[in-house]
Amino acid sequence: MSGFSWDWAFAWSVLPALLEGLSVTVQATAAGSLIALPFGLLWCILRLADIPVLSFVVRFMVEFLRGTPFLVQLYFIFYVLPKYGIIFSPLATGIFALGVYSSARAAEFYRAALEAIPAGQWEASLTLGLPIGKVWTRIILPQMWPIVAPMLGNLVIAMFKDTAVLSTITVLEVVARAKDAGFQTFRYLEPLTIAGILFWIVSYSAARFLRRLEDRHAR
Amino acid sequence: MRDVRKAFDTRVVLDGIDLDVKAGEKVALIGPSGSGKTTILRMAIGLTRPDRGTIEIAGRYLWHEMRNGRLEPAGERNARLARRPVGMVFQQFNLFPHMTALENVREPIVQVLKLSRAEADERAVELLRQVGLSEHRGKRPGQLSGGQQQRVAIARSLGLRPKVMLFDEVTSALDPELVGEVLLVLRELAHATDMAMLLVTHEINFAADIADRVLMFDAGKIIEDGPPSQVIRDPQMPRTKQFLRAVNER
Repeated sequence: MSGFSWDWAFAWSVLPALLEGLSVTVQATAAGSLIALPFGLLWCILRLADIPVLSFVVRFMVEFLRGTPFLVQLYFIFYVLPKYGIIFSPLATGIFALGVYSSARAAEFYRAALEAIPAGQWEASLTLGLPIGKVWTRIILPQMWPIVAPMLGNLVIAMFKDTAVLSTITVLEVVARAKDAGFQTFRYLEPLTIAGILFWIVSYSAARFLRRLEDRHAR
Repeated sequence: MRDVRKAFDTRVVLDGIDLDVKAGEKVALIGPSGSGKTTILRMAIGLTRPDRGTIEIAGRYLWHEMRNGRLEPAGERNARLARRPVGMVFQQFNLFPHMTALENVREPIVQVLKLSRAEADERAVELLRQVGLSEHRGKRPGQLSGGQQQRVAIARSLGLRPKVMLFDEVTSALDPELVGEVLLVLRELAHATDMAMLLVTHEINFAADIADRVLMFDAGKIIEDGPPSQVIRDPQMPRTKQFLRAVNER
């Protein structure tokens, strides 16, 4: 029963492919974050702004994105939108879906940070007559940032793990590569184990790095 | 202020208040908690919108504007202009914690008055000197005592050269030993400027000392209005007498 014992030679032979997959995973995470973090802030502000129709639409969209499985959103974009002539590569589709889904989660974090800022900051800004744009950029955002940064860091780590779902739409990230390797040889033990370890190494180091940043900031 | 009324849910906080404050007048607002003193101040700068009535500051209505000779409701933009001559100092200071004392004072001068950085700096430095905080200009609010923070907040409001200053229980959040330094600044301000000042305060003796006029609030109404020699030293209403007795017994 060779399938149940670890084969080092085979493990080494699949490692390069998995590392290539990891680089795709990291790229998808980075690109997805570039969508999620700014748009999350935009949703948060629009929701709060009380613009008649827009604020309602944004509020609904954020709730909808948070309340439905990422896999369903991903399938919808990948399988349904092309029927209407909207076609992206699998990787672009995956990045877009991950970014949009995570932007809704980011919006919640921004909101939590915003609620942590005392009403007196708004009142002082208002009574001093500061223009609303300046209130955001000079007063509110600088105070939100230290609160929200660790939450966003954790969100990016969560996104990194969520990229595994992109394997279902043929994005050749780590999990897809591991499955491919297993499929060709009927040995899944080594590739999937290595995939798991790669994920763990990256997310654990990132979490450690985050904690260190927080500690430095707290001092 | 004409016929100003405000209720939160069903609780009537202000019940048809009429109040005129002359330019330069120093007015102390006294009375028990929940009698509407703070709400009046918040309304005078547009933080709270009245349910009814009109508020006029230096010739401009806060929530209304004249259109074709008729007074029509107006929005936030009009309020922004109307509150421009008014400054407010809060019980909780509300300084910007991520900025130094100097930056706190400079910020509105740069952003609102659009003065150059150098001119704004000059004015901010002078204001901090006025409130006795020259050596502390580089410190953040977290590194200052409550009394020092409140003095920075006063300087910050003064930077815009308001015509009316509102002080909402500005010594209530302070340690007793720090109250004096803030009252001293207020006293100097009251003597040295031609700004109108409205102070909500529980420091009755201080009110008697600097105010031209004292308003006694109770249950959303002004029940007594006159110079301190009358309202504080020789009150007519039983409710005022009772309130002053209770305050003096502390």
